[in-house]
Parts: sequence; C-alpha cells; structure tokens
Amino acid sequence: MFFFNIYLLMKNSNSHRFRLVLTILVVIFLQRTSFAQDYSIYDSIQQLESRIKQAGNATLVINFWATWCQPCVEELPHFEKLKDKFPDNDIQVILVSLDFKSQLEKKFLPFLRDRNLKSEVVLLADQDVNTWIPKIEEEWDGAIPATIVFQGQKKEFSLGKFDSLEELGAFVQPFVADVNSPLKPVTCGGK
Amino acid sequence: MNRFNLPSAFSLLICAFLFLNWTAPSGYIVGDRVENFSLKNVDGNFVSLSDYAGKKGVLVVFTCNHCPYAQIYEQRIIDLHKKYAPMGVPVLAINPNSPLVVPMDSYEEMQKRAALKKYPYPYLYDEDQYVMRMFGASRTPHVFLLDSSRVVRYIGAIDDNPESPNSAKNHWTESAVNAMLSGKKPNPDFTRAVGCTVKKMPRK
Repeated sequence: MFFFNIYLLMKNSNSHRFRLVLTILVVIFLQRTSFAQDYSIYDSIQQLESRIKQAGNATLVINFWATWCQPCVEELPHFEKLKDKFPDNDIQVILVSLDFKSQLEKKFLPFLRDRNLKSEVVLLADQDVNTWIPKIEEEWDGAIPATIVFQGQKKEFSLGKFDSLEELGAFVQPFVADVNSPLKPVTCGGK
Repeated sequence: MNRFNLPSAFSLLICAFLFLNWTAPSGYIVGDRVENFSLKNVDGNFVSLSDYAGKKGVLVVFTCNHCPYAQIYEQRIIDLHKKYAPMGVPVLAINPNSPLVVPMDSYEEMQKRAALKKYPYPYLYDEDQYVMRMFGASRTPHVFLLDSSRVVRYIGAIDDNPESPNSAKNHWTESAVNAMLSGKKPNPDFTRAVGCTVKKMPRK
C-alpha cells in the first residue's frame, strides 16, 4: 500500500484530486496502525485448549474477565505488569474475555482501544459454557474474575480479584521456572 | 534402627491435609438437606426457610443489584416465580454480597431495586454472609432448587443463553422444577454458567 501511494504521488503529483485521495488513504492507514491492539476471537474452546498446549514449558497465566465485570477491570493492570515482575522468565499472559460477541463493536473494541492492553487478548465466544468450563477447570463454576496458572503439567486455579500485583505475583511465583537455575533442562532451538 | 522416614511422614501429612480439606464443609451438593435460616427481607420483616413448610419446593436464588449478569437474568427470575409460585414452588431471592465491597448491594439499594422492579418474591439481605457460606453460593445468579423436604434437587444456572431467553437451548431451572414436580430426578442436576463472584466482606 505504501508503494502504491508513492506510485500515485509520483504519477499524479500535479493533480489536486489525487493528492486529496492520497491524503485520505494515508490518514486511514495511520488510523489503523495507531490502534495496534491485537485480539483473537475463539468460537470454540478447542482453540483455547490448543493455545494452552502451545505454551509448552512457559508459565502461562490465563485470566478470565469481561468489560462488564468491575473487579476484573480493576485487576487488569496487575496482569499487564506481571511480565515486568519476572523479567528473566518465560511468562505468557492471556486475557480471556467472556464478553458477548454481539457487543464486539459496542463494548469490547472500544474498551481495548481505551486501555491499550499489551497482553494477548482473546474473546472466547464458545456459548456452551456449561460444557467448556469444567474442561478448563473442574473446580470453577463460571464466576469471574478467575485466573489459572499453568506450567507443564502443573496447574492452579484462583477465584476472585487480585488486589495487588504482589498478590498476583505470589500466586504465580511457584510456577515460574528459574531460568538461571543449573537444574533447568537444556532446550534445543529455543529463543 | 528407628530412623525417621521423611517421605512417609510427608505423605502422611499430605493425606491428613487432603482429608481435612475433603471433610471441610464447602456448601451444599444435590441430595443434601438444607438447614433452616432466617434473614431480613426488604420490607423489614424476617423470612425463614421454615415459613415455606407445606410448599412443594423453593427456588433459592442468590442474586444482587450490581452484577450485569444478575440484571440480565432479573426478569427471568421474576418470570420463574410467576410461573411456579402458583404451582407451589416460589422464588426466594438472597443477596449474598457485602456492601463494604459493592455499595450498590446495600440493604437500602436492595429496597430500592425491589420496589422499582416490583419483585413478587422476598429479597433477603445476607448481612453476615452465613447463608451464602452454608449453601456454598459462589456467583450471582446462582440457583438452588429445594424440594418439600428442603433437600437440594438442582444447583446451577437458569438457562444457557444469557443474551436471550428465547434463544436458549436449555432452560435448566425450569426443566429441574418440572422434573421435581412430576416426581423425577432433574437431569442435569448441576450446571455451570458465567456470573459475578460473590463479594465476600474484607477480612480484618
């Protein structure tokens, strides 16, 4: 697109109309790129399950939230800062929203734009809640906020809001592998 | 040789811990008989479960003012009462949340909401949160269907479509009441749904 614009500029530099078109195109392009918040929509729980598998040996923290859930929104900043708390470790944070897909444009996207979240964001739109919740965590009955930390085969569930980054850090800490530990297995071809 | 065996001591400790955890009461499950309780209604009078003696059952619904999911389901709770109270299974709504955490769930706000929406059923204030703990209610809305002997017959959600009751594939609470009224075992008798966590009062 950039080169196409340049091409237009080159070819029609004397035409006011094309300059206008060019300006509009550039404005649209900039608007799109300035909203860099990336998100995925998972229509099936299987997509989340395979995402969990992808984490491999990393510490994976999944927070279930929604824009309508006040305590969820209050604790989001702690999740955003979690990676900074463990800078030497491979920690992945996924913020899984349970917002309605029908409210995507009205509620979900404006919220993402406002907050400019840097964590991975997923909108989980699998409507068969009664089936998918126990697949993710048998202990959980669906109330949010809820958080699960995974590391390899290990897993821990927490219901309710974390009041501070310290509280969240203490929950995640036992699942953080010490990268400087001599006991850490050698991984081949890793980052 | 009477050496202290660390691994076996450890496993004993773990077993003891698991046992204690397992036996600790964590709310009612289907089949449990519910203890009587008495809580203040929005009209200022106390309502007890024993007041419902002689009914075919009671739909105990933990709900609240502030939670958007409770609000989404509010009309459906009213409709459940309108449909089943004449058949002997009325709704008994309980707000389990601490107003110290959510001011919108205070007793005064409950009174306003009940008046505004003309709740046809009592809306009780679980100030000490003991009934919430007794039931093991964890979210709003959270339904517990009790039969005429105060035995829990169903625990869970109202239906499987928060956005639209008409599009729901399963009306679990209705099915459970219907099954109970016709002498059958509700199936399923336990369901999960998205909701707001119960707001427990801050520990001192």
